[in-house]
Order: sequence, then structure tokens, then C-alpha cells
Amino acid sequence: MMDGNVAERPGGVAEARPAAPEYVDGPIRAFAIATVFWGVVGFLVGVVAASQLAWPQLNLGLEWTSFGRIRPLHTSAVIFAFGGCALFCTTLYVVQRTCRARLFGGEPMGWFLFWGYQLFILLAASGYVLGYTQGREYAEPEWYTDLWLTLVWVIYLVAFVGTVIRREEPHIYVANWFFLAFIITVAMLHLGNNIALPIDLLHAKSYSVPSGVQDAMIQWWYGHNAVGFFLTAGFLGIMYYFIPKQADRPIYSYRLSIVHFWSLVFLYIWAGPHHLHYTALPDWASTLGMVFSIMLWMPSWGGAINGLMTLSGAWDKLRTDPALRFSVAAVGFYAMATFEGPVMSIRAVNSLSHYTDWTIGHVHSGALGWNGFITFGALYWLIPVLWQRRAMWSTRLISWHFWLATLGIVLYITAMWVAGIMQGLMWRAYDANGFLQYSFVEGVAAMHPYYVIRLLGGLLYLGGALLMAFNVWRTIAAAPQPAAAMPAPAAAVAAE
Amino acid sequence: MPTKIEKDAITGTDTTGHEWDGIKELNTPLPRWWLYVFYATIAFAAVWVVLYPALPIPGATGLTGWTARGALREELAAGSQQQQAMLARIRAATPAEVAADPEMRAFALAGGRVAFANTCAACHGAGGQGAAGGFPSLADDDWLWGGSLAAIHRTITHGVRADDDNDTHATLMPRFLADGMLNAAQVGDTAEFVLSLTGRADDAPAARRGSLLFAENCASCHGDRGQGNQEMGAPRLDDQVWLYGGDKASIVRSIAYSRRGAMPAWGVRLDPAVVNMLAVYVHSLGGGD
Repeated sequence: MMDGNVAERPGGVAEARPAAPEYVDGPIRAFAIATVFWGVVGFLVGVVAASQLAWPQLNLGLEWTSFGRIRPLHTSAVIFAFGGCALFCTTLYVVQRTCRARLFGGEPMGWFLFWGYQLFILLAASGYVLGYTQGREYAEPEWYTDLWLTLVWVIYLVAFVGTVIRREEPHIYVANWFFLAFIITVAMLHLGNNIALPIDLLHAKSYSVPSGVQDAMIQWWYGHNAVGFFLTAGFLGIMYYFIPKQADRPIYSYRLSIVHFWSLVFLYIWAGPHHLHYTALPDWASTLGMVFSIMLWMPSWGGAINGLMTLSGAWDKLRTDPALRFSVAAVGFYAMATFEGPVMSIRAVNSLSHYTDWTIGHVHSGALGWNGFITFGALYWLIPVLWQRRAMWSTRLISWHFWLATLGIVLYITAMWVAGIMQGLMWRAYDANGFLQYSFVEGVAAMHPYYVIRLLGGLLYLGGALLMAFNVWRTIAAAPQPAAAMPAPAAAVAAE
Repeated sequence: MPTKIEKDAITGTDTTGHEWDGIKELNTPLPRWWLYVFYATIAFAAVWVVLYPALPIPGATGLTGWTARGALREELAAGSQQQQAMLARIRAATPAEVAADPEMRAFALAGGRVAFANTCAACHGAGGQGAAGGFPSLADDDWLWGGSLAAIHRTITHGVRADDDNDTHATLMPRFLADGMLNAAQVGDTAEFVLSLTGRADDAPAARRGSLLFAENCASCHGDRGQGNQEMGAPRLDDQVWLYGGDKASIVRSIAYSRRGAMPAWGVRLDPAVVNMLAVYVHSLGGGD
């Protein structure tokens, strides 16, 4: 399916430059497999959490399997294990190719990052199940895990910047701007939101140094920008490399990439207070959070335009290349979620949507649609390249994966929209005498059918991921292509 | 690699002349509509921070004067204004007077339903159906402390074995085994007699021994045939309603250790009008005397 992608310019003239350096690929292959593995694990835990919401008996009455511990296990597995490994995999691949430089620190650096990050994942996950948590959404790991991640992340930054500094290309490619913004900002967010004192150096539990509404604001400055820089900037970097590769077309607009990059990174960091509308947060902070979220709409769409319009002249490829279909649908979901986000940040809308399942639906249209799909698209392109195969084992399975996952997302987000809006309306419904129409538990009972539909959507999404895992395994297990039929991608740079 | 600007054959747009691993970029200008919408959102933001509080100065508001707390105060005031007159009437009336007046009764049933859902449903169930483990059903005609409007009102107001109310229903059944009043064999015999009250005893000699023990120890509260006594909160033992289970093991446990269920005194927690509405609502659930 991807011969055209692998051999970049099939009729290219002989390369006038010295041969590209030998890139570090072993750890990248490991990260690719880890991405698939953690994806399946994370989606499976999500299905368990969704089942528990529909049928609370499935908490099993055990502390380790209760929803309160399963839920952070799910969110961290999909964001930091699946998404994180996808980001490590693609950043390390892309920065070497687009800088035409071997990874700073070479193989040992790559392998340290791989095993160091896997250790972080295991420390975090084991902490959740055993009940050690900071109780901060998306920053649940306790202090000992945070310290280890800080070390891994600083070394990641050194490896990335070191490679960029060594580059042979005169300019830094746009994907690397986004990757660098992601790595630096996540470092800053991680340090800012984890200022905590352990109760004892031999004890896993710690307490936050800031308290009250300041603590809440720091948490949502972190939480919102984990979305903004981990799940948006990082994955936009993936988009900027893999969509032009898959479509074999130039990026639509260099100017748009500059303007939307700087406006996005400048505006995102201020938008966190919209998570704390109508709380103890002062009104002025809430207003600023809202207007910065509104202004964020077009900077977000700038990325979506650049991703979609890169296909102009190559739209026909969508019919034959289901991997590209993943990448393009991802950008569509990205555009949808980044419109919905500013709408939900408006105070009046938020008074209806906040604390309801609408928020869960919003997050998942971004997570399943944008982060999941852009990762699947990139993996289906990258795995044959990394393992020197002509193509994925089965294109039909990719197509099946695409439609199962798309149907799963549609079920998931429509169920959560309906459930969330219904929930919000039930909470604020008054009868003619001025009494609340519904008790809280009636709202909970009304959610049940939608929770079942959501579970069905999750099962479809998980089913698609299992097809991907099978397809990846068969691709890797297949015999390597003879070298002549398979020019190394790095040698395929176009002539000047 | 030196810069080399090319013209893209498909779009007719120039590239920027850079190339990374085979990827080039077109030098397409910013889409106009994109730029104008971006400007519009910035203009919206500028207007909004003038209209609404946006400065970290205590007390500073925007031109509209809106604050979240102010908006909440207004909504609460509007809500209480709507209900004030009726709540005052219900507060001043007895539950029986509320139930007799169609207007007050309709209001009390609506308000009582909400108060019940928020205050009582956690133990007594959303429809007052009760729950296993000592949470009585309020939707039948089996009342521990009386099912008249006045009795229900008293129970809600003062609670059952509530620490913070001197007028609470305070009677306690002895813990016959734990306090050494009966030995284990005697507790078993008494339980067998209790089973016989509903025709379920299968050890006639034990039940006969138990009947004497029952008359000495239990009948003063539960009645000589187990018919119960609402003055003492002593449940009937001659029907099929069992708060803590009606099998022999459960009855043995009840006699041996007593149960002593409790309910908070809501009179010290809720507006008297709400207690009145709750009494009328609970009375309406199906089994009010």
C-alpha cells in the first residue's frame, strides 16, 4: 500500500549531498511496539471503567478494582503510556530525519529514554492500583514517580535539542518547533504542578505545598496545558511530518504554520481557568480564561487547515490508503474538538456543561478522534519503514480498523453529548412551585442507557486496536524485503 | 541545502525553497477568512474584558457590573421570593392542616418529594421502599412509630435514637445474650417461638419453652402475640415484614445483640416548613394511617 511513501521520489535524480548519517532506530522500533501495546491496555481499562459506570457491581467490591483507581489508570495509560510512547517514537524518528543528524547520545540515549519511560509508566500504574495518588487529575503519580519522570524528561530534552543543534539542514522543520514546544512546556507544567512534600522520605504519600484556590488554579493550568502541549502541540508535530509523507505533497502554507504555531503556544497557556468557572476562583481569572479560549479557536484551526489542505492534489489517495484516511479524519476530529472547546469555555454554556458527561464526550472526541487516529495513521506508515517491509501485512485490516474505530467514536460522543446535556438540564429543571424537578439520583438513573451505548463505542474502538496489533505483529513477523526493492527512506531525499 | 524556490505544479504556488527529508512547504498566504475570524475573536475578547470583571483588583467589575456571586444572590432571591408566601403558610400550619388544604397540599407534595430525594432517599429508597439492613419501608402500612400525620411528623422532627435531640424516640431493646439475660439455648428457643407466630416453627418443644421466655422478656413491648407496640417502637412479629431478616439466624441475632437502628433528628437540621412538607409527602406514599 505504501510503496510511493517509502521510496520518496521514485524517479529522483542522484543525490548530490553526502549520505545521510546512520540513524538510531532500535529504540524507536521499541517505542512503536510499546505504543501499540499500551494503546490496547489503555483502551481495555477504559472499557472496564465504562462498564463500571453502567454496572457498578463491576467494581467487584475490591479497593484495587474500584472506579476511583481504575479511572486514573485508564487516563494515564492512554495519555502518558499510549500517547507518550507515540510521541517518543515519532519525535525521535522525525528529529533525526528532518535534521539529517544522528540522535544526540546515540543508541544508549535512545535506550535509556525507552526503559526510563517504561519504568515511569509502571511506577505510575502500580501507585494508582495500590491507592497512592496526589488526587490531581492527569498528575496523579506521587512524588517518587514525579522525580523519576523529571530525570527522564530532562534527558529527553537534551537528546532532542542536541540533535537539533547537530542538524545539517539550515532550517528547523515546523514539526520540530511543535515537538520542542511540547517537551519544554510539559517539563515546566510537570515541575509547576507537582510541588509537594512527602510525609516521610520512606513513604509514598505527599501533600501539595500550595493550597485552596491557588492549588486548584495551578492544577488546571497544568491540566489544560497537558491537553494543549502534550495532546495538541506534540501531536501537531506528528501531523506535520506524517501527513505530507503519506500524501506525498508539500505542506499547504509555511506562513500559516508560523502564525498558528506562535499564536497557539502563546494563547493556550492562559486558557486553564475555564475549568474553574463558577468556583472559588475570582471572576477576573475566569473571564480571562474564557476569552483566551475563544481566541484559541483560529490558532487551533490553523493547524487543521494546514493538515487538510496539504492533501490538495492528493485527495484521491484517501480511497486507496486507509492509513491516510486515519490521519485526515484525525484532523477533522481535531477541528471539531477545538471548536467545541471554545464554545464550552463560554461561561453561560459552561454553567450547563460543567460536571456533566458532555465534558467526557468532548475530551474523547479529541482523544479518540485526534490523538488516537493521528497515531494510528503514523504507525501504519512508520512500521513498514522501521522494519524494512514493503507495506503493512494487510491493507484491508487497516480499513476495518478505521471503520470500527470511527463507528465507535460516533457512538461514544453522541451518547455523551445527549447524556451530558440531559444531565445538565435535569440538574437545573424546576417545577411550577419552584422546586427542583429531579433529584441527583434520578439524573444518575437516566444516564444508564447512554453509559451502555458508550461502552459499546469503547468496545468497537478496542476491537479496532486489536486488529491493528495483529496487523503489526504479522507485518513484523513477515520476511524482510530484499534491500534492492527497499531503498532506505533517508536516501530518498529529492534532488536540488 | 541551498534554498531553491519551485512552483508547485498542482496548485501553482511557490514553495519556500526548503526541504526536509523530502518534505517541502508551499508559501501560500494566510487564508483571509481565517485571519478575519481570528481578528474577530480578538475583538470579542477585548469587548468582553471591558464588560466583565477581568482585572485582579478586589471589587473591580466590568461595565455590566456582573459578578458570579451577585448573579447567584439574585437567582436565590428570585427563587425564595416565589416560594416565601407559601412556605410561611406551611410553616405556621400543622401537617394535618397542610394536608387538608388543596393548595398547601399540592405545594407540600412537590416540595416534600424534593426534600425526600435529597434527605431521606439514601436510606429509605427513592420511592420510600426501604432497604435491607434496617431501613424501613415508608410505602406500606407497617409503621414502627406510628403512621398518622402527627406521628410521622414527630419521628422526622426528633429522629430515632438521635444523640442531639432530647425528645427523640429513645427506647432500646435489651441485648439478651450479650447482657447475660438469656443463655444461647434460651435465645434459640425464644427465636423458635417468634417463628411460630407466623407459623414457621419446626421444633415444637423448643417453641413451647420459648413461649414462656417470650412472655417474661418480650411481651411487655412486642405484645403477647407479637402484635407490636408503636408507643415503644416495638415492631410487629406476626407479619411478613422483617427489618433485619425473618430467618431464624437473623432473629437469633436480633434477640442476642439487639439492633438499635437510628435516624437523625431532622427538626434541628431542616426548616420547619420542610419538615411539614416531608410529613405530608411520606404520609402520602401509601401507608399513612
